[in-house]
Amino acid sequence: MSKTPQSRIWIANGLGMLSRYNWRKIAEAIALPVGALLFSLILFGIFCAFCGKNPFAVYGLIYKSAFGSWRSFQGTLLRAAPLMLTALCTALPARLGLMIIGNEGALVMGGLGAIAAGLLLSYGSITPSPEQLQNVSGIPSAGVLLGMALAGIVAGGLWIAVVGALRHYRAVNETISSLLMNYIAIALMNHLVGGPIKDPGETIKASSFSLPEMNRLINLPTTRIHYGLFYGLIACVIAYFLIQRTTFGFAARTAGGNVKAARIAGLPVGKLTVMICFLAGSCAGLAGMAEVAAVHGRVNESLVAGYGYTGILVAFVARYNPIACTLVAVLLGGILSSGGALQRTLDMPDATALVFQGLVFLVILFSESLYGRFRVFKEPIAPIAAPPLPPSSSTTVSA
Amino acid sequence: MAAEAIGWWGVPLGILAGTLRSSAPFLFVSLGECLTEKSGKINLGLEGTLLMGAMSAYAISYLGSEKWGMSPAASPWIGVLVAGCAGMVLGFIHAWLSQQPKVNDIAVGIAMIIFGSGVAFFLGKPFIQPQAPQLPFFELGRLMSNVPAVQSALQISPLFLIGVGLAPLMSWFFKSTRPGLFIRAVGDSPDAALAMGVSIKKVRMLCIIAGSFLAGIGGAYLSLVSPGSWNEGISSGQGLMAVALVIFARWNPVQCLWASLFFGGTQAVGPALQAVGVDSGIYLFNAAPYVLTLLIMIITCSPKRTLSGAPGALGTISG
Repeated sequence: MSKTPQSRIWIANGLGMLSRYNWRKIAEAIALPVGALLFSLILFGIFCAFCGKNPFAVYGLIYKSAFGSWRSFQGTLLRAAPLMLTALCTALPARLGLMIIGNEGALVMGGLGAIAAGLLLSYGSITPSPEQLQNVSGIPSAGVLLGMALAGIVAGGLWIAVVGALRHYRAVNETISSLLMNYIAIALMNHLVGGPIKDPGETIKASSFSLPEMNRLINLPTTRIHYGLFYGLIACVIAYFLIQRTTFGFAARTAGGNVKAARIAGLPVGKLTVMICFLAGSCAGLAGMAEVAAVHGRVNESLVAGYGYTGILVAFVARYNPIACTLVAVLLGGILSSGGALQRTLDMPDATALVFQGLVFLVILFSESLYGRFRVFKEPIAPIAAPPLPPSSSTTVSA
Repeated sequence: MAAEAIGWWGVPLGILAGTLRSSAPFLFVSLGECLTEKSGKINLGLEGTLLMGAMSAYAISYLGSEKWGMSPAASPWIGVLVAGCAGMVLGFIHAWLSQQPKVNDIAVGIAMIIFGSGVAFFLGKPFIQPQAPQLPFFELGRLMSNVPAVQSALQISPLFLIGVGLAPLMSWFFKSTRPGLFIRAVGDSPDAALAMGVSIKKVRMLCIIAGSFLAGIGGAYLSLVSPGSWNEGISSGQGLMAVALVIFARWNPVQCLWASLFFGGTQAVGPALQAVGVDSGIYLFNAAPYVLTLLIMIITCSPKRTLSGAPGALGTISG
C-alpha cells in the first residue's frame, strides 16, 4: 500500500523535471516540420511521376548531388551560406509579428553597397580609370572586407528599415511593400550596372567593375566554401541570443505577441519595429556582400539568384528559430544545388526546384494547423495530480 | 518604327495605347482580389495565378491549333477558359489552406506565389519558343484615322472590354443582390453572417475561387493579347501590384477600373519613351509602377484609422 504512492511521486517528479524542458513540445516542434518535409517529398514524387520521371531516380539524384560526396556537400554549403542570412531577414521580423519578404531586395542592396565600398577602398573610385586600376591602394585586405561588410549591412538594413518605418508610421502592409521594394532594388541595380557604374570592358553582361583578386573573400583551405558560411552561422547564433536571451528580444517578442499589451507596458513599439527591421535587412545585406566578395567579385544580374525567396521558405520551415535556420538552410541549399544535376541528368526544367519549394511551403503551412492536434505531443496529467476517482464515477463507467 | 513618323507625339500616343493595352491584367486581377477581400481573406498568391493563367492559355492556344486541329480563331478562346480554370485550381488550394486553423492567409499567399510560378515555369518550358495564335482585336483606330501609328494604338481587345463591363457589374452585384450582401456580411462581420445562417467557409471558398478565375483570365490576356508571348518574366509583379491597387481603390470595383487604367498608363511610360529613342534610365522608368504603388500605399494608408471601405474582418484571424 505505501509503496505505490512513493513510486508515483518519483514518476511525477521525473515527469516534472522533464516537463520543465517541455520535451514533448520540442519533439512536436521537430517532428511536425520533418514530417511535413517528408510529406512534401512524397507529393513532389507524385508530381514527378505525372511528368513521366521516375520519382525514386529523382530522390536518388537529389541526395547524391546534394549530400552524396564531400565535393557535392561543398556545393550545398556554398548555397546554404547566403540562405542562413536571408532567412534571418524573414525570421527576425516574424517574431515581431511582421511578415517581411524583401530578402532579395536587401541582398541586392547589400551587394551594391559592398561593391561600392570595395571599389572605393581598393581603387579610390567606383568607376576607376585605367590608371587607377593599375595601382591598388595599400589598405589591407581585411580592412577592405570590413568596409564592404559594413556597407552591405547598412545598405541592406536601411532598405528593410524603410519597410518597418512605413509599417509603423503609415500602416503600409509590410508584405506588399517589401515585395515591391525587391523589384525596385533590382531595377536600381540594373540601372546602375547598365550606366553609372558600368565597366566598359565587360561586354557580355552589364556589370560593375571587379574587385581586385587580393581583396576578395577567400575560401576555406582545400575547399570551394568561402568564409561567408561563418557569417551565416555567427549571425544565426547572435540572432538566437538576441531574441531569446536579451531584454531587447523579450520586448520584441512581447510586441509580437500583443501590441496593445506592449504599448501599455510602455515598450517603444515603433523603435523596436524599425530596429528589428534594420537588423533583418542587414543580415540579407551581409549575404549580398558575401556573394559579391566571394562568388561574383562584381555586381551584375547573377546576384539575383533567388536566395531571397528561398530564404523566406527557410525561415518558415525553421519556424523563425535562428538556430534551426542554419540546419534548414543546409537542407534546402542541398536541394537547390541539386537543381543543376536534375536539369543535366534527367532533363527536367530548372523550375523544378521552384515547384518543390512551393510544395514544401504549402505543406509546412498546413502543418501549422496540426500543432496540438496529436495526443502523443500533449502533456499527460501527472498521476499524482489526478484526484482519486469518486466511487460514483466508477459505477457510471462500469454501467 | 511607326512612332518616328509622328515624332514626339508618339509619347502621349504610346502612353494612351499602352494604357488601353496593358491595364487589362491589372483590371482582372484587381477585380478578383476585390471579390476575395470583400469576403475577408487576402490572396497574395494572385501573382502565381496570373503566371499560371498566362502559361496555360498560351499552351492551350498553341496545342489546340497546332496539334489538336482546332481552328486558330477558336483555340485562344479555349485557352482563356482553361486559364480561368487553372486559376480556380490554385484558388481552391489557397481557399482550403488559408481556412485551416492557425494558418495565416498572407503566408499562404507567399507560398502560392512560389508554387504557382514554379508550376507555370515547369510546365511552360516547352512553350517559350513556339508562336501561339493570338486573340483578335477590335480595330477601333481604323475607323478614326489613316495614320498607322494611331491605328495600331487604338486596337482594343474584347477581353479588355469584358473587364470594363465587369467592373460596374460587380459593383451592382455587391450593392444590390442577395449573394453580394452575403459576401459583404462575411467580410465585414462574420458573426453577423453566421447569425444570418450563411456559411462563412463556403462563401469565402467561392469568393477566392471566383477571384482566382478572374486572375487566371488576366494571365491569359498577358500571353494572348499583350505582350502576347509566354516567358518567365511576363508578369513581373503585376499580380502583386494589383493587390496593392485594391487598397488604393478602396475595395470598390469601379474605382478598380480607374486605378487599373492609371497603372497601365504608368507602365506604358517606359516603353513609350524607348520608342522615341530615350534610352537612359530605362530601367528606372520601368520601375515606375512599383514606386508609384508604394507611394500610393504610403499616401492612402494611415495608422490612425482603418481605411474607409475596408472589409471589417480583413486581416483578422477569424472563421
